[in-house]
Amino acid sequence: MKIWVNGEIKIFDENLTVYNLVEEIGVLNKKFAVECNGEIIPKSNLQDTLVKEGDKFEIVGAVGGG
Amino acid sequence: MKLSEQLVVDSSSDKFIVGSRKFNSRLLVGTGKYKDFKETKDAISESGAEIVTIAIRRTNIGQNLDEPSLIDFIPPSDFTYLPNTAGCFNAEDSIRTLRLARELLDGHNLVKLEVLGDKETLYPNVIETIEAAKVLVKDGFEVMVYTSDDPIVAKMLEDIGCVAIMPLASLIGSGMGILNPWNLEIIIKNSSVPVIVDAGVGTASDASIAMELGCDGVLMNTAIAEAKNPIMMARAMRKAVEAGREAYLAGRMNKKLYQADPSSPLSGLIK
Repeated sequence: MKIWVNGEIKIFDENLTVYNLVEEIGVLNKKFAVECNGEIIPKSNLQDTLVKEGDKFEIVGAVGGG
Repeated sequence: MKLSEQLVVDSSSDKFIVGSRKFNSRLLVGTGKYKDFKETKDAISESGAEIVTIAIRRTNIGQNLDEPSLIDFIPPSDFTYLPNTAGCFNAEDSIRTLRLARELLDGHNLVKLEVLGDKETLYPNVIETIEAAKVLVKDGFEVMVYTSDDPIVAKMLEDIGCVAIMPLASLIGSGMGILNPWNLEIIIKNSSVPVIVDAGVGTASDASIAMELGCDGVLMNTAIAEAKNPIMMARAMRKAVEAGREAYLAGRMNKKLYQADPSSPLSGLIK
Protein backbone atom coordinates (compact mmCIF):
# COMPACT_ATOMS: atom_id res chain seq x y z
CA MET A 1 0.00 0.00 0.00
CA LYS A 2 1.02 3.56 -0.67
CA ILE A 3 1.08 6.12 2.13
CA TRP A 4 2.58 9.55 2.73
CA VAL A 5 5.02 10.12 5.57
CA ASN A 6 6.17 13.70 6.11
CA GLY A 7 5.34 14.53 2.53
CA GLU A 8 7.19 11.53 1.03
CA ILE A 9 5.49 8.58 -0.65
CA LYS A 10 6.29 5.25 1.05
CA ILE A 11 5.28 1.73 0.11
CA PHE A 12 4.51 -0.76 2.88
CA ASP A 13 2.88 -4.20 3.16
CA GLU A 14 -0.66 -4.45 4.50
CA ASN A 15 -1.35 -5.15 8.19
CA LEU A 16 1.05 -2.50 9.41
CA THR A 17 0.26 -0.79 12.69
CA VAL A 18 1.25 2.80 13.31
CA TYR A 19 3.61 1.44 15.96
CA ASN A 20 5.30 -0.69 13.25
CA LEU A 21 5.49 2.37 11.00
CA VAL A 22 7.19 4.49 13.65
CA GLU A 23 9.59 1.63 14.34
CA GLU A 24 10.29 1.33 10.62
CA ILE A 25 10.96 5.06 10.33
CA GLY A 26 13.40 4.70 13.21
CA VAL A 27 12.10 7.19 15.74
CA LEU A 28 10.50 4.79 18.21
CA ASN A 29 13.09 5.40 20.90
CA LYS A 30 13.13 9.18 20.36
CA LYS A 31 10.65 11.85 21.38
CA PHE A 32 8.03 11.99 18.67
CA ALA A 33 4.36 12.59 17.96
CA VAL A 34 2.26 11.15 15.16
CA GLU A 35 -0.61 12.68 13.27
CA CYS A 36 -2.64 10.72 10.70
CA ASN A 37 -4.87 12.62 8.28
CA GLY A 38 -4.82 15.62 10.61
CA GLU A 39 -5.66 13.68 13.79
CA ILE A 40 -3.13 13.01 16.54
CA ILE A 41 -2.68 9.34 17.36
CA PRO A 42 -1.89 9.10 21.09
CA LYS A 43 1.11 6.91 21.91
CA SER A 44 -1.19 4.56 23.82
CA ASN A 45 -3.09 3.81 20.57
CA LEU A 46 -0.16 3.25 18.23
CA GLN A 47 -0.29 -0.53 18.48
CA ASP A 48 -4.04 -0.71 17.94
CA THR A 49 -4.17 1.56 14.91
CA LEU A 50 -3.75 0.06 11.45
CA VAL A 51 -2.21 2.02 8.60
CA LYS A 52 -4.54 2.30 5.60
CA GLU A 53 -3.87 2.91 1.91
CA GLY A 54 -3.50 6.63 1.22
CA ASP A 55 -3.02 7.68 4.84
CA LYS A 56 -1.09 10.89 5.31
CA PHE A 57 1.22 10.86 8.31
CA GLU A 58 3.11 13.65 9.97
CA ILE A 59 5.77 12.44 12.40
CA VAL A 60 7.40 15.25 14.36
CA GLY A 61 10.19 15.74 16.83
CA ALA A 62 11.75 18.59 18.82
CA VAL A 63 14.44 20.77 17.25
CA GLY A 64 16.29 23.90 18.30
CA GLY A 65 14.26 27.09 18.00
CA GLY A 66 13.68 30.48 19.54
CA MET B 1 2.20 46.78 48.65
CA LYS B 2 4.25 47.15 45.51
CA LEU B 3 7.13 44.76 45.04
CA SER B 4 9.56 47.65 44.99
CA GLU B 5 8.41 48.63 48.45
CA GLN B 6 9.07 45.22 49.94
CA LEU B 7 12.35 44.62 51.62
CA VAL B 8 13.91 42.00 49.37
CA VAL B 9 16.99 41.11 51.32
CA ASP B 10 17.55 37.78 49.67
CA SER B 11 16.88 37.79 45.94
CA SER B 12 16.57 33.99 45.99
CA SER B 13 13.15 34.50 47.57
CA ASP B 14 12.09 36.44 44.47
CA LYS B 15 10.34 33.66 42.55
CA PHE B 16 9.14 33.92 39.00
CA ILE B 17 5.68 32.37 38.71
CA VAL B 18 4.22 31.49 35.34
CA GLY B 19 0.85 29.76 35.37
CA SER B 20 1.15 26.77 37.70
CA ARG B 21 4.97 26.73 37.65
CA LYS B 22 7.61 28.48 39.72
CA PHE B 23 11.12 29.43 38.59
CA ASN B 24 14.22 31.18 39.87
CA SER B 25 15.63 32.46 36.59
CA ARG B 26 13.86 35.23 34.74
CA LEU B 27 15.88 34.66 31.59
CA LEU B 28 14.23 32.40 29.02
CA VAL B 29 16.30 31.27 26.08
CA GLY B 30 15.86 29.74 22.67
CA THR B 31 17.77 26.71 21.43
CA GLY B 32 18.16 27.71 17.78
CA LYS B 33 21.01 29.11 15.65
CA TYR B 34 23.91 27.62 17.63
CA LYS B 35 26.97 26.10 15.92
CA ASP B 36 26.23 22.68 17.39
CA PHE B 37 24.42 21.03 20.29
CA LYS B 38 27.48 21.28 22.51
CA GLU B 39 27.50 25.05 22.15
CA THR B 40 23.73 25.14 22.72
CA LYS B 41 24.16 23.21 25.93
CA ASP B 42 27.12 25.26 27.18
CA ALA B 43 25.46 28.60 26.45
CA ILE B 44 22.16 27.62 28.04
CA SER B 45 23.92 26.26 31.07
CA GLU B 46 25.87 29.52 31.44
CA SER B 47 22.69 31.60 31.04
CA GLY B 48 21.13 29.92 34.06
CA ALA B 49 17.84 29.71 32.15
CA GLU B 50 15.32 27.14 33.31
CA ILE B 51 12.80 27.63 30.51
CA VAL B 52 14.00 26.85 26.99
CA THR B 53 12.04 27.17 23.79
CA ILE B 54 12.03 24.41 21.22
CA ALA B 55 10.47 24.07 17.78
CA ILE B 56 8.41 21.18 16.42
CA ARG B 57 9.41 19.88 13.00
CA ARG B 58 9.09 16.80 10.81
CA THR B 59 11.56 14.09 11.82
CA ASN B 60 14.09 12.81 9.35
CA ILE B 61 12.90 9.58 7.83
CA GLY B 62 15.39 6.74 7.85
CA GLN B 63 18.45 8.97 7.58
CA ASN B 64 21.13 9.50 10.21
CA LEU B 65 19.19 7.68 12.91
CA ASP B 66 22.11 7.81 15.29
CA GLU B 67 22.56 11.54 14.80
CA PRO B 68 22.41 13.28 18.20
CA SER B 69 19.29 15.26 18.91
CA LEU B 70 18.63 18.42 20.89
CA ILE B 71 16.93 16.37 23.59
CA ASP B 72 20.15 14.43 24.27
CA PHE B 73 21.93 17.71 25.11
CA ILE B 74 19.10 19.65 26.73
CA PRO B 75 17.22 16.91 28.58
CA PRO B 76 13.59 17.68 29.45
CA SER B 77 14.33 16.41 32.96
CA ASP B 78 16.68 19.37 33.54
CA PHE B 79 14.72 22.15 31.81
CA THR B 80 11.15 23.29 31.29
CA TYR B 81 10.51 23.01 27.59
CA LEU B 82 8.53 25.73 25.95
CA PRO B 83 7.45 24.40 22.55
CA ASN B 84 6.79 27.22 20.13
CA THR B 85 4.80 27.71 16.95
CA ALA B 86 7.54 29.51 15.05
CA GLY B 87 6.84 29.38 11.35
CA CYS B 88 3.05 29.29 11.76
CA PHE B 89 1.14 32.03 9.97
CA ASN B 90 -2.39 31.19 11.06
CA ALA B 91 -4.31 30.03 14.12
CA GLU B 92 -5.03 26.56 12.75
CA ASP B 93 -1.39 25.63 12.11
CA SER B 94 -0.27 26.93 15.48
CA ILE B 95 -2.99 25.01 17.35
CA ARG B 96 -2.09 21.86 15.43
CA THR B 97 1.61 22.32 16.21
CA LEU B 98 1.05 22.77 19.94
CA ARG B 99 -1.26 19.76 20.17
CA LEU B 100 1.51 17.70 18.56
CA ALA B 101 3.98 19.23 21.02
CA ARG B 102 1.80 18.20 23.93
CA GLU B 103 1.63 14.63 22.62
CA LEU B 104 5.39 14.65 21.98
CA LEU B 105 6.13 15.88 25.51
CA ASP B 106 3.76 13.45 27.23
CA GLY B 107 1.04 15.93 28.15
CA HIS B 108 3.24 18.97 28.89
CA ASN B 109 0.93 21.98 28.56
CA LEU B 110 3.13 25.09 28.92
CA VAL B 111 3.57 26.50 25.43
CA LYS B 112 4.64 29.57 23.49
CA LEU B 113 2.09 30.75 20.97
CA GLU B 114 3.39 32.90 18.15
CA VAL B 115 1.44 33.47 14.98
CA LEU B 116 3.44 35.42 12.47
CA GLY B 117 2.10 37.95 10.02
CA ASP B 118 4.65 37.87 7.22
CA LYS B 119 8.04 36.42 6.39
CA GLU B 120 9.77 39.79 6.06
CA THR B 121 9.12 41.25 9.49
CA LEU B 122 7.95 38.15 11.41
CA TYR B 123 5.63 40.64 13.05
CA PRO B 124 2.84 38.95 15.01
CA ASN B 125 -0.58 38.58 13.43
CA VAL B 126 -2.58 39.51 16.50
CA ILE B 127 -5.98 38.60 15.00
CA GLU B 128 -4.89 35.00 14.41
CA THR B 129 -3.00 34.98 17.73
CA ILE B 130 -6.19 35.89 19.62
CA GLU B 131 -8.17 33.18 17.81
CA ALA B 132 -5.54 30.55 18.58
CA ALA B 133 -5.21 31.65 22.21
CA LYS B 134 -8.95 31.20 22.80
CA VAL B 135 -8.88 27.61 21.50
CA LEU B 136 -5.66 26.66 23.30
CA VAL B 137 -6.71 28.04 26.68
CA LYS B 138 -10.04 26.20 26.40
CA ASP B 139 -8.10 23.06 25.51
CA GLY B 140 -6.12 23.18 28.78
CA PHE B 141 -2.88 24.76 27.60
CA GLU B 142 -0.95 27.29 29.66
CA VAL B 143 -0.25 29.80 26.93
CA MET B 144 2.67 32.21 26.94
CA VAL B 145 1.91 34.47 24.03
CA TYR B 146 4.15 36.44 21.70
CA THR B 147 2.47 39.65 20.64
CA SER B 148 3.02 43.22 19.51
CA ASP B 149 3.55 45.98 22.06
CA ASP B 150 -0.07 47.08 21.71
CA PRO B 151 -1.48 47.45 25.26
CA ILE B 152 -5.06 46.74 24.15
CA VAL B 153 -4.14 43.48 22.46
CA ALA B 154 -2.01 42.52 25.47
CA LYS B 155 -5.01 43.02 27.75
CA MET B 156 -7.26 41.00 25.45
CA LEU B 157 -4.79 38.11 25.53
CA GLU B 158 -4.65 38.28 29.32
CA ASP B 159 -8.46 38.29 29.53
CA ILE B 160 -8.58 35.19 27.32
CA GLY B 161 -6.50 33.44 29.98
CA CYS B 162 -2.92 33.48 28.69
CA VAL B 163 -0.45 32.89 31.55
CA ALA B 164 2.19 35.32 30.24
CA ILE B 165 2.13 38.21 27.80
CA MET B 166 5.25 38.43 25.68
CA PRO B 167 5.48 41.66 23.69
CA LEU B 168 8.31 42.22 21.27
CA ALA B 169 11.04 44.73 22.05
CA SER B 170 11.74 44.94 18.31
CA LEU B 171 11.59 42.52 15.37
CA ILE B 172 12.56 38.87 15.95
CA GLY B 173 16.28 38.36 15.48
CA SER B 174 16.92 42.06 14.74
CA GLY B 175 18.86 42.91 17.91
CA MET B 176 17.48 46.44 17.71
CA GLY B 177 16.70 46.56 21.41
CA ILE B 178 13.70 48.13 23.12
CA LEU B 179 12.05 50.50 20.69
CA ASN B 180 9.02 51.48 22.71
CA PRO B 181 9.61 51.42 26.46
CA TRP B 182 6.51 53.59 26.92
CA ASN B 183 4.16 50.96 25.53
CA LEU B 184 5.90 48.25 27.52
CA GLU B 185 5.32 50.26 30.68
CA ILE B 186 1.61 50.55 29.91
CA ILE B 187 1.41 46.79 29.29
CA ILE B 188 3.27 46.06 32.54
CA LYS B 189 1.09 48.43 34.53
CA ASN B 190 -2.14 46.89 33.21
CA SER B 191 -1.15 43.24 33.43
CA SER B 192 -1.77 40.90 36.32
CA VAL B 193 0.13 38.06 34.61
CA PRO B 194 3.87 38.10 33.91
CA VAL B 195 5.07 40.32 31.07
CA ILE B 196 8.11 38.97 29.29
CA VAL B 197 9.95 40.86 26.59
CA ASP B 198 10.31 38.44 23.72
CA ALA B 199 12.33 39.27 20.61
CA GLY B 200 14.62 42.10 19.67
CA VAL B 201 17.07 42.11 22.57
CA GLY B 202 20.56 42.65 21.15
CA THR B 203 22.88 43.02 24.09
CA ALA B 204 23.01 42.91 27.87
CA SER B 205 21.87 46.48 28.48
CA ASP B 206 18.66 45.81 26.51
CA ALA B 207 17.83 42.99 28.90
CA SER B 208 18.58 45.17 31.93
CA ILE B 209 16.39 47.97 30.59
CA ALA B 210 13.50 45.54 30.08
CA MET B 211 13.82 44.33 33.66
CA GLU B 212 14.19 47.86 35.04
CA LEU B 213 10.95 48.80 33.32
CA GLY B 214 9.32 46.11 35.44
CA CYS B 215 9.16 43.21 33.01
CA ASP B 216 8.96 39.86 34.77
CA GLY B 217 11.37 38.18 32.38
CA VAL B 218 13.18 38.33 29.07
CA LEU B 219 13.18 35.73 26.30
CA MET B 220 15.99 35.72 23.76
CA ASN B 221 17.81 33.49 21.31
CA THR B 222 19.75 35.33 18.62
CA ALA B 223 21.43 37.82 20.98
CA ILE B 224 23.24 34.91 22.59
CA ALA B 225 23.56 32.49 19.67
CA GLU B 226 24.93 35.07 17.24
CA ALA B 227 27.35 36.74 19.64
CA LYS B 228 31.00 36.14 18.72
CA ASN B 229 31.31 34.30 22.02
CA PRO B 230 27.87 32.88 22.82
CA ILE B 231 28.95 31.36 26.13
CA MET B 232 30.24 34.68 27.45
CA MET B 233 27.16 36.52 26.15
CA ALA B 234 24.93 33.96 27.89
CA ARG B 235 26.69 34.81 31.15
CA ALA B 236 26.35 38.54 30.45
CA MET B 237 22.62 38.10 29.86
CA ARG B 238 22.19 36.19 33.11
CA LYS B 239 23.86 39.04 34.99
CA ALA B 240 21.95 41.69 33.04
CA VAL B 241 18.57 40.16 33.84
CA GLU B 242 19.50 39.76 37.49
CA ALA B 243 20.89 43.29 37.70
CA GLY B 244 17.84 44.78 36.00
CA ARG B 245 15.50 42.88 38.29
CA GLU B 246 17.35 43.96 41.43
CA ALA B 247 17.49 47.56 40.26
CA TYR B 248 13.73 47.43 39.69
CA LEU B 249 13.09 45.94 43.13
CA ALA B 250 15.52 48.32 44.79
CA GLY B 251 13.61 51.26 43.33
CA ARG B 252 15.68 53.75 41.42
CA MET B 253 16.35 57.29 42.63
CA ASN B 254 14.23 60.05 41.21
CA LYS B 255 15.59 61.83 38.18
CA LYS B 256 16.41 65.46 38.93
CA LEU B 257 16.53 67.20 35.63
CA TYR B 258 19.22 69.88 35.27
CA GLN B 259 19.82 69.87 39.01
CA ALA B 260 22.99 68.52 40.61
CA ASP B 261 23.00 67.13 44.14
CA PRO B 262 26.42 66.59 45.73
CA SER B 263 27.12 63.27 47.39
CA SER B 264 29.72 64.79 49.74
CA PRO B 265 28.77 67.33 52.42
CA LEU B 266 29.19 70.96 51.44
CA SER B 267 29.91 71.92 55.05
CA GLY B 268 33.24 71.41 56.86
CA LEU B 269 35.33 72.30 53.87
CA ILE B 270 38.89 73.44 54.65
CA LYS B 271 39.42 77.15 54.37
